[in-house]
This record gives sequence, structure tokens and C-alpha cells, in this order.
Amino acid sequence: MPVEIDIAHVARLARLALDDSELEIYRRQLSQILEHAAKVQSVATDATAPTAHPLGLTNAFRADEVRPSLDRDEVLSQAPESQDGYFVVPPALEVDG
Amino acid sequence: MTWEPVIGIETHVQLKTESKMFCGCAVAFGEEPNTNVCPVCLGLPGALPVTNGRAIEWITAIGLALDCRISSTSVFHRKNYFYADLPKNYQISQYDIPVCHDGHLDVDVDGETIRVRIERAHMEEDTGKSQHVGDGGRIHQAQATLLDFNRSGVPLVEIVSRPDIHSAAQARAYAQELRAVVAELGVSDARMEEGSIRFDANVSIRPAGTSELGTKVEIKNMNSFRSLERAIDYEIGRQIAALERGKRLVQETRHWDEEAGITHTMRVKEGSSDYRYFTEPDLPPLALDAEWVEKVAATIPELPAARRSRYAEAGLDPQIAAVLSAAEPELRQLYEEAVASGADPAAAANWVTGEVTAGLRRLERSPEEAFLTGQVIAELVGMVAAGELSSSAAKEVLSGVMEGEGRPAEVAEKRDLLQISDSAELEGMVAAVLDENADAVERYRSGEAKVIGFLVGQVMKASGGKADPKLVNELLRRNLES
Amino acid sequence: MSLADLTIAEAARRLEEGEIASTELTEAVLERATMTEARLHCYLTIDREGALESAAASDERRSKGQAMGPLDGIPVALKDNMCTRGIETTAASQLLSGYVPPYDAHVVERLRAAGAVIVGKTNLDEFAMGSSTENSAYGPTRNPWDTDRVPGGSSGGSAATVAAGSALGSFGSDTGGSIRQPAALCGVVGVKPTYGRVSRYGLIAFASSLDQIGPMARTVDDARLLLEGVWGHDPRDATSYSGEYPSLAPALDQGVEGMKIGVVRELSGDGYEKAVDAAVEAAIERLARAGAEVVEVSIPTVEVALSAYYLIAPAEASANLARFDGVRYGNRVDGETTEDMMARTRAAGFGPEPKRRILLGTYALSAGYYDAFYGKAQQVRTQLIHEFRAAYEKADVLVSPTSPTVAFELGARVDDPLAMYLSDVCTLPCNLTGDPAMSVPIGVDDAGLPIGMQVMAPALGEERMFAVAAELERLAGFEARPPLGDA
Repeated sequence: MPVEIDIAHVARLARLALDDSELEIYRRQLSQILEHAAKVQSVATDATAPTAHPLGLTNAFRADEVRPSLDRDEVLSQAPESQDGYFVVPPALEVDG
Repeated sequence: MTWEPVIGIETHVQLKTESKMFCGCAVAFGEEPNTNVCPVCLGLPGALPVTNGRAIEWITAIGLALDCRISSTSVFHRKNYFYADLPKNYQISQYDIPVCHDGHLDVDVDGETIRVRIERAHMEEDTGKSQHVGDGGRIHQAQATLLDFNRSGVPLVEIVSRPDIHSAAQARAYAQELRAVVAELGVSDARMEEGSIRFDANVSIRPAGTSELGTKVEIKNMNSFRSLERAIDYEIGRQIAALERGKRLVQETRHWDEEAGITHTMRVKEGSSDYRYFTEPDLPPLALDAEWVEKVAATIPELPAARRSRYAEAGLDPQIAAVLSAAEPELRQLYEEAVASGADPAAAANWVTGEVTAGLRRLERSPEEAFLTGQVIAELVGMVAAGELSSSAAKEVLSGVMEGEGRPAEVAEKRDLLQISDSAELEGMVAAVLDENADAVERYRSGEAKVIGFLVGQVMKASGGKADPKLVNELLRRNLES
Repeated sequence: MSLADLTIAEAARRLEEGEIASTELTEAVLERATMTEARLHCYLTIDREGALESAAASDERRSKGQAMGPLDGIPVALKDNMCTRGIETTAASQLLSGYVPPYDAHVVERLRAAGAVIVGKTNLDEFAMGSSTENSAYGPTRNPWDTDRVPGGSSGGSAATVAAGSALGSFGSDTGGSIRQPAALCGVVGVKPTYGRVSRYGLIAFASSLDQIGPMARTVDDARLLLEGVWGHDPRDATSYSGEYPSLAPALDQGVEGMKIGVVRELSGDGYEKAVDAAVEAAIERLARAGAEVVEVSIPTVEVALSAYYLIAPAEASANLARFDGVRYGNRVDGETTEDMMARTRAAGFGPEPKRRILLGTYALSAGYYDAFYGKAQQVRTQLIHEFRAAYEKADVLVSPTSPTVAFELGARVDDPLAMYLSDVCTLPCNLTGDPAMSVPIGVDDAGLPIGMQVMAPALGEERMFAVAAELERLAGFEARPPLGDA
């Protein structure tokens, strides 16, 4: 059974600007892959807990101590655009919600 | 139609740990942009988060102070959304198993106490700061956003109340009390102006007596307690007006405009956000056992509500108790020490919240700089109680002490402010005044009781203002009535 | 024979004895690279200057009697998804072309501290997503045994360079088999340690709960040396194991007398090449003759493990790759708004496989689908762990082919993602369980293409795993070398 996918919606959620033909290709491929992946639903796992960490680690805290930060020049040297110590990007369309 | 407002408050508290939530960068404010950043809080490829143990202690403390259950097992989740100030384009937060849940905060407001249930308190990380530059229309060449990631990764505790609040005044009181609790715990500066505590309100209304919830509107950008109250008041009014005109309310987020005094729509997002939460694989689950919780519980200081109770039991006027409870720790310390040195609590509280506070503000000094200790206050209070100083004289003595002239007794002597309360001495003055004012005596004896005021005044004048007026009054009466 | 064909152990011995210098060893390796790179393309970056500097420094230390240990002066290569400060790190993606990290990964720090010579950064499938290294944005790597075939993936460059001798050892990363499968296809040893043994700090993340860094080398002993050089607790990785790290050397001489070798029933049959099955059977027989007891075990959930993997890995990857948005680093494509810029940057910068997995992962996590897909997959994972644990009650180690097939031809599977994913059926179960597993070359097929056998052990069971692997290696007597032409 092919899986129905709103591929345009998924691409938007993932911030991938794809054209219509690309979207169609991926939609088809995803549908095939998910058909196979849906096998997981056949396994009787209602009572099984999902696994957090295979070795059962917990907490792993660090002490509240300050460590040296990066040199700003080195950091900004990789920035596509920067100004006066800031990273620069085009304005956001949506306000943070 | 009577409408009932239904309000829930979401609070974000920035913890004042030394280092960030998941990395060792310093938590500091007002510094040069992007100077407290590292691969982790910048979201560089290959970086990994590691939990700040102290932040977990402190959220536990917050939970305990709010009477919450502390989850023995808790996990972090990734909250996925794209935004330029969120370096990984996911925020490490908590979803269905927060550290704290099901607590409450009792709040006194308008003479009654309301209980606001706390649904949860969870741990998360703050985002960077974005600053819009450029003017002109919405999409314009000159426009850009500047990003500073110093704040990215600062520990945040999000506290969510249940919608148990039913007026703007209650909301404000809740916010203030919550703020006081957090500040008392010492885990945050909790200053709205600085952004170290932030409140968002969810406001809806429903016909009084019904139980179904109306359309919920989220209000943001309230930057003081006053604006919080104003904003919620406005919003309640707006919603009522809309519904009474037959309009439908939109579930949305609105922005409070302090200047214009209104809330307005922020851009409505298409569909609700799908955060695609899943358990954070880079962080093991939190295991907080009973021993851990006990250790944290032992560090919790006296909270504001308990302190106010204690003050009330000591006989303090409720208003004074509230003021004292909210006062700076140094002032409260003065009070406590004064009481420990034997001062009457009510009197000590009056002095500390009144003249002492005013004087310190005027001199711009701390209690220590102004030579004030609990014993000094106790001495002053004692002298007034013993009749050695009138209350106005005591105020002068206090000034003298704060300016370094010495202890209260010394200052009273030096400034010749000691009250005369020796009955024998006063008897003499009283007798003299009665002699010199026979007609007043006559008038008193014939029923003009008020004349005693004039006679007291005469004795006061004769004594150079130093006679104890209560005693003088007593002695005059005795003489006049005999 | 060129010094480039030495094992690490032998090279270390000669360095210690003063028979050779690191500089000449490094020169020989660089020479081999010069000879083979045009055809093989194992590397994305060769740091000739840096390598020779390190080699010289190593020789200097040694002359003063200050040599650091077995890896001092040994030329190694690193998969280009490990951050190296000052050296371009691309994850084989256009998005990170020219990206220079401001910090070293933990393993890089360890290697530098051990005095190793870092030759360069090897090619991989983009963001470690693939099983053939054909998904590299910079062109594929070719298998030194037959350059019309793939080296496997995603650590294809790291595997090929060891096979070719343009590094004495290398490091790769393994999320679904990306160290073991290319090791098998290139006739070298590849190890995925227990999840948590090697710090992931500085490894460009693909699937956080599955990724592990591990060594690739020509012998089991060499792999051991490399692993011990980088494993250990790292407080900068909260998933890092903080318990015991035993010395593995004694295990290599242990033999298999009295050990129970479990053969996983479900990891054979349809889809497995006859030569592979035959080689593995023969190797098992040799183990039996050497004193091991062979038992059959069944792990039914293996049948759906692939499905679970292809939900969990892309889901985690979709979040891990979200940071590549053109804001702070990477090749930005401009837009009028941030949203626009991000979407265009990502569309232009990611190749088809990362895009596919991001879309898949985003879908699996999205509202309404979580329980049916991702949620179920995580439950399958728990079930798999239980079945493996039960199997380890009956056997000390488990074995299987590493890959169902030998190296396939370039281009053979690129148009069929599902067929490509099947390359990982044998290897991905241990990524899901977190257990250690390694591949050992045990023979070649009729066309001379290498066949690898997988040894799996319970969590933290590297000692017994290495013991069996060493014995397999000894008994197989695999001496073949790839036909490099003039060597």
C-alpha cells in the first residue's frame, strides 16, 4: 500500500526549497521507503518501552564552571556575512512564536 | 451577560549559573556580541551538549518551593523549528516528562488568598538575540537582522500555571509572588526589566458559571508588572467587546504595545507549530532520586509566604509585613537582629520600613555604611518604649546615628533630645503651670475637657519640649481632678 | 617493498628500533597517495605540509628519547566528518565546501597528543549517508581491488586508503555499518566499538544514538592499537562511557578454545552471494576445528531492523542537519527573508541522499505520524536488544557475513535507494543495540574481490570480540593485496 505524503508540507517544515519535479521524485521514493519501513507496525510492541540509552547511562552532569569561549574573529571568519561582531541574515518573515 | 476571565501564566526564568546550560561559556550580560560562544552554543558541526548539574539542582529547588512533585526520571527533548537565533534549529527542552509537575502557589490579592496550580516546570535553553536593522517597508534591501549568540544556551526554567487566575490583578499578584519566590531562592536575578524573568499570559473569557474554555489568546511583550496588569485588563476588555458584538475570537498570539495601550496581532502563523518532539539522544535521562531531592530541599531558605506568616504571628501589621518581606535582605536582616536583641517586633518593623528605609535612600547608603545594626534599632525602639524619647525626637536621633554621631543614647544626650519622664521633675512643672493658668483650670473643671491640650502645651513649652507629653497629660489630669 | 605497505605494529617497531624515521615513512605514504589518488580518490584533502611537520616533530621527539607511544609518527587518515581545526572539513557536502572548524574533535586531539601523523581527510558519502561513497559531492572513491567498483560506504575513502597503502591506518564513523561494510569490501579490518566507547565530540552528527567512530587497518592488532589510542571517557560527550577500558592486547593471543560462536540464522539466505556464504561457512569451520563450539541462534527482529533503522536514523538526522542553514557557516544562497535564504541554501547545498533522509525523518516525526513510525521503531529497537541479550546467553560472540555481497559496480545501485539500503542488513543491528562489532577479511571471491566476516559481541565485550577476530585472521591467512599496478 503506497503511503500518502504531503511532500510540499514536509519540505516546508524541513526548509528545503524544491521545485515541483523534485518534490514528485522524493514523494515517490519516500512512499516506497515508508511502505517498507511500515513493517515496524506489524511487530507486537505495545508494552515495550522505547530505548533511551543502550548502556543505561543517566545524568552525566558537568560542574557549573566557566570554560574559555572561542575567539570571535575565528568564529566570524566562517560566517557568510558579519558586521561589527554580529552575524547578519536577511530579515525574518515570521516573528518568533 | 457576566463574563469570567480565565488566565494562565507562562513564566521563563533565566538561571544565574556561572556557565550556560549545556556548555562552559560564561553567563554574562551586556558584553560585546558573540564573545561568550563556543561550538556547542553556536551549533557548530560536531558539537555536543552536556548538562549543567547546578541548573538541575536549581530547577529542583524551584519545583520544591512551588510544592511540585519532582520526577524521579525525566528526559530532555528536541523541540524542532527553524529560526535564525536558534543555532541548532532545535531547542533542547522537555516535553512530556518535565522535572517538576503538579504544584501550587498561594497568592494574596485584594484581601483574599487564591491558589494557583502549577502544571509544570521544565528545563530548557535560551536562544540568541536578534536585532532588526534598517528602515522602510517590510521587504527592503537595506533591511537585515543582526544576531548575537551570547544569550544562546543560557539556562531557562519554564513554569506553566493552570488557568486558575481570573483577573488582571490576580495575574499581577501571581507574577509578583512567583518572582519573589525565585529571587528568594537565589537562582535568578528575576528582573523583568533585564529579561531575567519573562511572563506570557494566556487569556480567554467565558460566561460566568460555565466550565468550557473560550478561545485562548497568548499575550507577549509585557515588560513590567504594571504593564502585565494593564495588558491583561485590556485584553479581557477586548475579548468581551468582541464577543458581545457577535464577533469570533481568533486563537493567536498578540503583542502588548505599552505606548498605545493595546494588544495587536503578531503575524498569524499558518497552522499550529509542529515541533516534532523526540527524546534528545545526546543527553542521558535525568535520574533524580529521593536522596537528591532531600539534599536540594535542605538548601531552600525561608520563602516569602512563610516569612509573611512569621511576621504576622509576631504581631506585625499585614501591610508592614508585606513591605518588610519584600524589602532588601539587608533591611530584613536589621529587623531580625533588632528583634533578636529584644526589640518589640511591630515597632522594629515600623522603624525599618519607615524612617530607616527613607533615611538610607536619602543618604544613598547601605545600613552598614550608615552605622546601623539590629542592636542600634533595638536601642532606639527601647528608648521610645521607655519614654526616654518622644517619637519625633527619636527620628532626629536616628538621623544623628546614621550620620555617624554615635549610638542612640549618645546622640540623644549630645543633641539634648532626652525626654523628661521623671514624675517628680514633671510634677513641679505641672504645678507651676497650673498656678499660672488658674482660668484654664477653672474652664477645665467646669467641663471644657479640651483645655487640657493647652495646658499640656504650656508644660511642654516650659520644659523646652522635652517633657513626655503622655506623662504630662496624666499628671495634669490627676491634679485637675483632685 | 614500500614502507607504505607496513603494518602499524611493524612500522612502530622499526621506528622504535631506529631502523626508519617517521619522515621517510610519511614520505612513502604520500608517494603512494600521489601514485593512486588520480584513480582512487580516497582523499578530499591531503595535508602534505602538516603531515611532514608532524613527522619531523615525531623524529625529533624520538631522538631525545621522548617518543609518545605506538602511534607516534604513524601516518593515519581521518574521515572528513571529523572536525580538524585549521583543516577544511566538508562532510563531502557542497554546503561545507571551504568550511574550516575552529576546534579539533576529541579523537583528533587524542591522535595529536599521541604523536600520530595526520595525512589528510578522506572521502565519504555526504554526511555519512550511504553505502558506496557515490553520494559524495566531490566524486566517488574507487575500490583499489577493482576500480570500476565501489569501496563501500560511507567510510569508503578511509577503507580504500588503508587497502591502497596511502595511510597505515584510518578512522571512519559507523551509523548503520559505515566502517564495517567498506572494510569488508576493501579487504581491511574495521571496528565499530560499543556505543559510548569513543567520544563523538567533533564528529559531524548523522544519527546521534547510532554514530560511533572506529578504526580501520590492515590487521586486527593494528586496529586494536588505533582503537586504544582514541577510546576513553570524554566529559564533553554526555553519552561517553565512564567505566573500565581494558587493555585489549592479551585478547589477541587468547584463541577460541571453549568459546561458543553463535551463527545468526536470519543473516543469510536470499540476497547473499554464494561466495560470501561459502567463505563465512569455511571460516566458521576453521574456528570449530580450533576448539570453538558453534551454535545457531535466532534473532527474529533482525527482519524488521532495517525498517526501524530507516526510521530512527533519518529522524535523528533531520534534526542534526537542521543547523546547516547558512546563518553562521557554510555556503549561503541569498534570499529576501531568513526563511527563503535557509530553504535555498539547504536545497543547493545538500545532495539527493541527505535531502531524502531529511524529508523521511521530518515526515516520520511529524504530527500524526510519530507513533506509527518513529515511536514504533524505537520499540522495535528495545525488542532487538532483548533478543540479542538472550542470544548472548547461548553464545559468547555472534558471527555473520559483514555484507551480503562483495563490492558492486559503480552506478549499480544509485537509482534504487532501497537496494542500496539493503547493503546494511548485517551491520545495522549492532548500531541499534549499541553492541560492538567488527569486520575481518577472510578471503576473496573468484574475481578476487574481498569478503569480510562480522564478529559481534555484547556491550563492552571488545575483549572477546578481538579474541575471535584475531583467531579468524590467523586461520584465514588472508595475504592478498589489491592490484595497484606499479607499487
